[in-house]
Amino acid sequence: MITSLFFYLFAAMTVASGLMVITARNPVHAVLFLIFSFFNAAGLFILMGAEFLAMLLVVVYVGAVAVLFLFVVMMLDINFDDMREGFRRHLPLGLIIGFILMVELVLIFAVPETSVGVADSFSSRSNTAQIGDVLYTDYIFLFQLAGIILLVAMIGAITLTMRHREGVKRQSIALQNARRRDETVEIVSVESHVAPQEIAAEVNADQKVLR
Amino acid sequence: MGAITLFHYLTVAAILFTLGAVGIFLNRKNVITILMCVELMLLAVNINLVAFSTHNGDLTGQIFAMLILTVAAAEAAIGLAILVVYFRNRGSIAVEDINMMKG
Repeated sequence: MITSLFFYLFAAMTVASGLMVITARNPVHAVLFLIFSFFNAAGLFILMGAEFLAMLLVVVYVGAVAVLFLFVVMMLDINFDDMREGFRRHLPLGLIIGFILMVELVLIFAVPETSVGVADSFSSRSNTAQIGDVLYTDYIFLFQLAGIILLVAMIGAITLTMRHREGVKRQSIALQNARRRDETVEIVSVESHVAPQEIAAEVNADQKVLR
Repeated sequence: MGAITLFHYLTVAAILFTLGAVGIFLNRKNVITILMCVELMLLAVNINLVAFSTHNGDLTGQIFAMLILTVAAAEAAIGLAILVVYFRNRGSIAVEDINMMKG
């Protein structure tokens, strides 16, 4: 009973905030509603017994992706009001497409009426321990593939956004290491215009002043 | 208010997926909102996967949901990086301005 109450709470909040994401006038609000939607989806995951994924959703999405979105939205200086035009014009088409998609999706899975056994079938160990059991053994290649995807994404994002500006002094380690002594250091014999005796006299005078 | 079944979870996921698809149609000019709508659709897919995983008592669905989470994070990072570079070059992120490749 309490489970179904929480299900309806989380589901309603997820759908409502998802609706706000696509209709919000201010994109910062849209990002915040997206975060809220992910929080409630994490609640749904916990109800289904997938605690590990719920925590992962909170950490990855709320901690990283949503902050990234917020950062970009706030960094780019864009007039978002211009972006809103065409919202009304596209509304009927969007609603028609959405209705058709929704009907199709419901028709697909409107067949079985079986209960979701919440963590009944795997009871003794926790969800996280069970995922750990299979993740590093049966699904090791999938796990490493995920790592490679993240690496490629990281390098790609860095190379995309890095820029070399003119007139900014940068350290070039290759150039530094390629320098040799005979290219940079030079011994010059400087001619002296002053006779050695005069120098000695000057030094003596300075020392007298110091005393 | 009866027991919560697989059908309920799938309905939530379907509504979320539809919201994401409709959002792409409504906010055609705003790339950031389109990216957020794609994130919503991926979340719906994740809910589906976890619901079926729990229903079948098979952890494969949850492992796959993790992979989708990874891909979604990578996609958001790359997409936003492209957006930043594009804004730096053109001074706007309007979708209809993206026509340099004449596609």
